[in-house]
Amino acid sequence: MNLFLQQLVNGLSIGSIYALMAVGYSLVYSIMNFSNFAHGSVIMLGAYFGYYAMTILGLPFAGAAVAAALGSGLVAVALERLAYKPLRDRRAPFLYFIITAMGASMFIDNSVIATIGPTPKMYPEIFGQGPIALGQINVGRIDLAMLVISAASLAALILFIDYTRVGKAIQATAYNMKASALMGISPNFVVILVFAIGGALAGIAGILYGMKYQVFPQIGAITIKSFIAAVFGGLGSLPGALLGALLLGLLETFVSGYIPNGTQYRDLWVYLLLIIVLIVRPAGIMGKSSEDKA
Amino acid sequence: MEYILGILELSAINLVAVLGLSILTGFTGLFSFGHAGFMAIGAYIAAIMTKFWGLPFWLAILAAGLAAGLVSVLLGRLTLKLKGDYFCIATMGFGEAIRLVFSNWAYVNGARGMDRIPQFRGLDLAIPFVVALLAVVVAWNLVNSRQGRNLVAVREEELAAQMAGIDVMRSKMVALVVSAVLAGIAGALMANFIGFIAPKSFNMTKSTELTIIVIFGGLGSISGSVVGAFLLTALPEIFRAFSDWRLVFYGLAVIVIMVGRPQGLLGGSELTPSGIRKMMAARRARIEFAKAKSSGGGAA
Repeated sequence: MNLFLQQLVNGLSIGSIYALMAVGYSLVYSIMNFSNFAHGSVIMLGAYFGYYAMTILGLPFAGAAVAAALGSGLVAVALERLAYKPLRDRRAPFLYFIITAMGASMFIDNSVIATIGPTPKMYPEIFGQGPIALGQINVGRIDLAMLVISAASLAALILFIDYTRVGKAIQATAYNMKASALMGISPNFVVILVFAIGGALAGIAGILYGMKYQVFPQIGAITIKSFIAAVFGGLGSLPGALLGALLLGLLETFVSGYIPNGTQYRDLWVYLLLIIVLIVRPAGIMGKSSEDKA
Repeated sequence: MEYILGILELSAINLVAVLGLSILTGFTGLFSFGHAGFMAIGAYIAAIMTKFWGLPFWLAILAAGLAAGLVSVLLGRLTLKLKGDYFCIATMGFGEAIRLVFSNWAYVNGARGMDRIPQFRGLDLAIPFVVALLAVVVAWNLVNSRQGRNLVAVREEELAAQMAGIDVMRSKMVALVVSAVLAGIAGALMANFIGFIAPKSFNMTKSTELTIIVIFGGLGSISGSVVGAFLLTALPEIFRAFSDWRLVFYGLAVIVIMVGRPQGLLGGSELTPSGIRKMMAARRARIEFAKAKSSGGGAA
């Protein structure tokens, strides 16, 4: 029972990070109907922004998190303006967006490798050491921080989307961009906004993930998990991305905990899940039918 | 001399894989993040057959292509009915899963990789060139056949192609299988040319590098892919001092190409006598058009 509770908390904690990554990616998908495969690079930059904000500027955690969110948000918006907007203006085929995203990701990752270098960096231990006892289980300090901060950020996002005018504008544009443009909602504004929000969440995810593990240029590869989480939950659906990410985190930790050799093959189980979802229900748990997402 | 030969060999090997992706991405419009997985399958099969079982190179190359092709049929069955992003993510998962399997398989020495694989020597060094030539002939004939025109139709407008009576699923499957077979063969050639393979050589960066060569050469051009494969394999050797910046440059170049010149070097045209004539004619027409526009623009 203790092992079960322990795994449950660990799974929720890693799942909440996947959720932070997946919602940013899902938001962009819901508006632009394409997967921003450069999202992982933005997360990686967030981890570096946070790291330098703490070590060079000497900011406390909260300040570093804000710096990471701001920095990543700016990068994401710049990416949209410089790389995707020209394609949008030209109504370029879907393939060009994917290729551009791949190029952007390659450019950002390798710029970091060429300038900062591939050596992993460790965050200073600002939360103190040793796990915290919660009843019968022990929770790592970073894991707890991940869970709380992700939950708070996601709650803020959901409130924003559901209860503000601007949030409703995003929903309307996701539903039908042309019609909402005719109602006076600028598509350009909404696109910039979703990139900024997605980027800011990516920055927070980056700093948390970097603190749990380390910061290195290939950190963005973790987003493949968040892509899978988003597909699992249904591309373009926010609650879907959340649910998919949490379930994925739980699956991972329970596989590592209960199946022999589970840790070694943990990721294979994730890909197996992806394949099952794609066969049984490609639209995901909460997605619309995949037919109209050409 | 040996050094230059080495670069040419690698270019020929890359070309085999690039031709496959040219058909898949350039002609059919499908984007794969996982073709390094097919290369890995081919490379490991060739390594096992030549090193452990002592079989000849040609048999290993055939088996590598066949195995990659069979796996691609399975993958295609599962994923080709998915659209756009779903297909990309599925191929991404596929490539990573293959890499994980080889990283954890003790028979092939896991993540440390296999070394002392029998290498091409003497006359065998001609094998990559012969295979590359064959691959060019196959690709050329495919894209200039009825099947090839079907692929382009699917790329341009899937729904319309379907309406015109093209079996879209079958066309996509043909493109996927051909590209996987070629990737598998390229993997086998690489294993037997270099003599060492490790799972980490077949990561997502490898997949995207191959696609980048296709984009440089131009989407929808076989000769573009040939020029691209030789140029982009040789250039990094010449600029060795800047090797850290190579991928930075690639990434930037991809964005610039997509934003400014999406057809790449030779997109949509071929370096044949008639293709060159066509390009020249189009160029003349553009110049004439520009002249007419600047002089008599007001009248229209």
